[in-house]
Amino acid sequence: MSDETILRVRDLSVDFPLQKSVVHAVKQVSFDLKRGETLCVVGESGSGKSVTARAILQLVAKPGAITGGQILLDTAAGEVDIVRLGSRGLAIREVRGRRIAMIFQEPMTSLSPVHTIGHQIIETILLHEKVSKEEARKRAADLLGRVRIPEPEKALDRYSFEFSGGMRQRAMIAMALSCNPEILIADEPTTALDVTTQAEILSLIRELQRDRGMAVLFITHDMGVVAQIADRVMVMFRGEKVEEAGVFDLFERPQQAYTRALLGSVLKLETPAPRPPRPATEKPIAKIEKLELHFPLNAGFMGRPTNYLKAIDGVSLTINQGETVGVVGESGSGKTTLGRTLLRVYDPTGGQVMYWPSNGEPVDIATLGRKGMKSLYGEVRMVFQDPHSSLNPRMTIYQTISEPLRTNTDMTERQMMDRVSELLSRVGLPPDIGDRYPHAFSGGQRQRISIARAVAVRPRLIIADEPTSALDVSLRHQVLDLMRDLQNEYRLSYLFISHDISVIRYFCDRVAVMKNGKIVEVGDVVQICERPQHAYTQSLIGAVPRPDPRLRADAPQ
Amino acid sequence: MSAPIDTAGDADLLDQQVHAGSLVAASQWTLIWHKFSRHRLAMVALVVVVLIYLVAAFAEFLAPYDPGKFDPRYTFAPPQQIHLFLTDDEGTRFAPHVLGFKSQVDPKSFRRLFQPDPEKVIPIGFFVEGQPYKFWGIWEANRHFLGPVDKADPFFLIGGDRLGRDLLSRTIHGTRISMSIGLVGVTLSLIIGLILGGISGYRGGLIDRVIQRVIEFIRSVPTIPLWLGLAAAMPKDWPPLQIYFAILIILSLIGWTEIARVVRGRFLSLRREDFVIAARLDGVSEFRLIMRHMMPSLYSHIIAAITLAIPNMILAETALSFLGLGLQPPIVSWGVLLQDAQNLRAITQAPWLFVPGICVVVAVLALNFLGDGVRDAADPYAK
Amino acid sequence: MLIFILKRVAGMIPALFAISILAFTVIQLPPGDYVSTYAAQIAQTGEAVDSAVLANLRERYGLGENIAVQYFKWIGGIVRGDFGQSFEWNQPVTELVWGRMGMTALISFLTLITMWAVSLPIGIISAVRQYSIVDYLTTTFAFLATAVPEFLVAIVLLYISTMWFGVSVGGLFSPAFENAPLSLAKVWDFLQHAWIPILVIGLGSTAALTRIMRANLLDELHKPYVEAARAKGMPEGRLILTYPVRVALNPFISTIGWVLPALISGELIVSTVLNLPTAGPLLLQALKSQDMYLAGAFILLTGGLVLIGTLISDILLAISDPRIRLS
Repeated sequence: MSDETILRVRDLSVDFPLQKSVVHAVKQVSFDLKRGETLCVVGESGSGKSVTARAILQLVAKPGAITGGQILLDTAAGEVDIVRLGSRGLAIREVRGRRIAMIFQEPMTSLSPVHTIGHQIIETILLHEKVSKEEARKRAADLLGRVRIPEPEKALDRYSFEFSGGMRQRAMIAMALSCNPEILIADEPTTALDVTTQAEILSLIRELQRDRGMAVLFITHDMGVVAQIADRVMVMFRGEKVEEAGVFDLFERPQQAYTRALLGSVLKLETPAPRPPRPATEKPIAKIEKLELHFPLNAGFMGRPTNYLKAIDGVSLTINQGETVGVVGESGSGKTTLGRTLLRVYDPTGGQVMYWPSNGEPVDIATLGRKGMKSLYGEVRMVFQDPHSSLNPRMTIYQTISEPLRTNTDMTERQMMDRVSELLSRVGLPPDIGDRYPHAFSGGQRQRISIARAVAVRPRLIIADEPTSALDVSLRHQVLDLMRDLQNEYRLSYLFISHDISVIRYFCDRVAVMKNGKIVEVGDVVQICERPQHAYTQSLIGAVPRPDPRLRADAPQ
Repeated sequence: MSAPIDTAGDADLLDQQVHAGSLVAASQWTLIWHKFSRHRLAMVALVVVVLIYLVAAFAEFLAPYDPGKFDPRYTFAPPQQIHLFLTDDEGTRFAPHVLGFKSQVDPKSFRRLFQPDPEKVIPIGFFVEGQPYKFWGIWEANRHFLGPVDKADPFFLIGGDRLGRDLLSRTIHGTRISMSIGLVGVTLSLIIGLILGGISGYRGGLIDRVIQRVIEFIRSVPTIPLWLGLAAAMPKDWPPLQIYFAILIILSLIGWTEIARVVRGRFLSLRREDFVIAARLDGVSEFRLIMRHMMPSLYSHIIAAITLAIPNMILAETALSFLGLGLQPPIVSWGVLLQDAQNLRAITQAPWLFVPGICVVVAVLALNFLGDGVRDAADPYAK
Repeated sequence: MLIFILKRVAGMIPALFAISILAFTVIQLPPGDYVSTYAAQIAQTGEAVDSAVLANLRERYGLGENIAVQYFKWIGGIVRGDFGQSFEWNQPVTELVWGRMGMTALISFLTLITMWAVSLPIGIISAVRQYSIVDYLTTTFAFLATAVPEFLVAIVLLYISTMWFGVSVGGLFSPAFENAPLSLAKVWDFLQHAWIPILVIGLGSTAALTRIMRANLLDELHKPYVEAARAKGMPEGRLILTYPVRVALNPFISTIGWVLPALISGELIVSTVLNLPTAGPLLLQALKSQDMYLAGAFILLTGGLVLIGTLISDILLAISDPRIRLS
């Protein structure tokens, strides 16, 4: 790593004028990027990290505009101020793609759907270099091979929608690298990917950077990713630079209060929360046996399906009273479908779900009739991932929380009002907000409201489907702690579905690992996280970026 | 997996601050109005539409004459100009009036030529006594909003037609028929569209596919030949009112598809919304689920769809009647009035026969702007 | 690709069947059957009615038998090219419709081409230069054009040309060329006349298409792939044409499906006002005199025309969009 600075950003400011006000998205931010190093810009949503990255290539979307500062790029002809190049014209186009390339968050939509992969890469080469088409095509194929896309020659003539997300991101990287740029800006390039794919893309970027001596400006919200790949880190908060330090320094000796709070909430999720020991004899509350949900595919002749999509493929799992069972898996593993099938949002095509109600004999939810389900809705509840879509925007908070009370109890309006106020204060919200609508609340507050709705009827089992995934990291453990308190208070059992190992480890007693509709491994959460047995679990756990730079291969001893 | 959702409150580590402000307890209608009222053109359109419907509602009172009253002496009488002041031997004073006509028949073309006659002063006024009428077919009355003080005098503000009928009175009555065709036709379409679109979107499966095919098919048939074919099949001896309703039904048979499409689309996406699933898991009944949890998200979209469907109905009725296969005289609609403008000789002599056409354009424009405004404001929660 | 086209053609059969049912229904709707109307008409002229001829006709259309038999006799005739008899013209319908329908198809096709040629560039400009003067003018014009009925435009045009220029704009040919054989001079004469109906018929749909192109392109302009292409250093003009316009073109192509019915409807009305030798005036005449076999033939053929148009747009779409071609 050389100490030569290639990019110097000085007092950069970006504003977004709105109808009546101006949002200062980036406020006088300065930093340096050296040749061959990886600088991570980290922050929560709204911190201005992505806008900063776009400003460097003059890609700030209108009506936003750079209102001040300099972006000095070191070139053979001396320093060039990108701010002065403007957003159009030959000068800035010579920088884009040629000197500084960029990859984006959404590999699904960052490539044109109607042009072949090859066309898009070859075009980039021809834009910047005087080579023949054949030469460019050959180079494009080499690049695809370099990012480890199988059969690169053939891949050139395929369209982006024929590739998976990870493959598209590889193609995107190949395109970015096609003119040997000196700087690569990566804007959350792995956020939309599964954790195992993320690990592959991260190591690919790392490797390509070393080979080419490229500087990387890496934008992310994930402290684990930072710890994995950063040389230096810049923390942003509400458009301002909070702190800048080497990665080891930052994790060991954070200087600013905000950095400490951010790291604190990440590290808190690294160790399991204390929980009472399990009783010697467990009483089950629900027992899933060989549950199946098959969707017929391409109905053939006479409507007889020729193939099935096996969303849930013979899952067996027991949830004991007062226990928290986690279900972890990557996208498409069937974990969300499993949670919804337990409440018959989808009707299972095989197997059993035995449930022990508070009074009476166990029932099989999988075959329960409409009436039986109705009595169950008060005992088994669900919390959804996205608090923006799970609250009806046209109903007040009171109407939403009282709805289960209205259908499952005989409460009078007066009693319901009292109960809703009580619930609101219980989840940490002012009790007098019942007449407000969801749009008045932030994501974290809305998730608290969703939880209040779930516990309103004193349920016994809650199926929580990624309840923290839509929240910023600093809010996650707060919501989890609230759920933990409620568990103790109401003697709740949870089925906790998540893709995030750290949340599972923090919150669950036992965990089931799902892949392709099957459970590959079940066990105590500590055992699964530390001594996974199944190969898939091992690769999954191994791929999770830990927020500790000392675990890196290149960490100083 | 998606990036964390950006909300202002989330950036606050404490997350305890509850948003305050005037809109925290605002229902969807308040928010929709808030958004709609910023759409200036749509606000103007709203005023125009309300005015047009007021004209339709009070047609008998606003029209100076009965639409059927004719007088061959005034064939193609030109528009009269309103004079506010009268100058005569006694000096100038405020006395609103129009001038009568001197007419003669051109010996070559046999056309009647008109000249304003300064001798024939016809005083006019508000709330004058005129031809008796039955308001809404119920109440007897004889007061007219504006007209000649002596009801026997000629009064042609925008001219007369082939039979010497007052075009203004006829256009005002035509407003009632044309606008009501739009409104009633859309109501009919709404009923069909809501039921079929709702079933299609809520139930899904085979019935959805069947209804979708039917809609696709209807939309692929050129409407005018089909409308004409159906209208032509009506027996010629039907009474006007029966024809009116038959035309309404013919227009709605095709008009429902757009509303059904909107309703189905909304239902389909709503069915998958988390908040609808959440309500189902609250244990609410199917009926309550639809009426209380799904329908409120639909109302504003339905209003937008029907506002945009009314002008199509009006245009369709106008075209049918214009071609002579829609409403039949003595019923007066804008389209029926425009039949007179088909004749090149007539319009060269009396270009004011275009006035009903201008009414069509203004009404359709206003409704389109209004519908656009409502559609843009229909989902105040969209990001 | 061939399989794709064959599939689409096969998919047209139910629609064609449905249209034929619809046309047949319209034929059947008026009270009384064709032969009695025919007999009554002949009786009116005072001629003797030949009962053998009537019986022959009854047999030909299956009158008196159940409705399904009548339908199959009718559709069977059409398959052989026999659309029935027009009692008003006292000629086989076949002789009357083809020339007229050909003109309608030609005018509709020319209008479609003109519409695309106009709305595509204007739509692109008003999307790329959103809120510019061009955009505002386009929007205003588009709203006006959708609000004015075609026939009104046609009359106003007639009025203006007669009053101000003293020329008549009706028809598709000058009298000298009306029955002349096809020649370059005739085509030129045709184009000199045809631009007016093309302009009038296309007005409303051109406005709608411009709005659609604008909206499609505005949706695409802010997609990540556009930003990605910009980040690799493409010149702005070339970038917009190669990427977002290319993608926005696909939904634009599929608008043929609903533009064509609207065009044919407009053509029928406008041709009546401008007195063009197309299907419109003849259809209207047939309907007014309840000459139902003639009317039914026109309804069937206009429906068929739309189906062919939709097929062409499907094929164009498959050529243009790999997502459709490859799935």
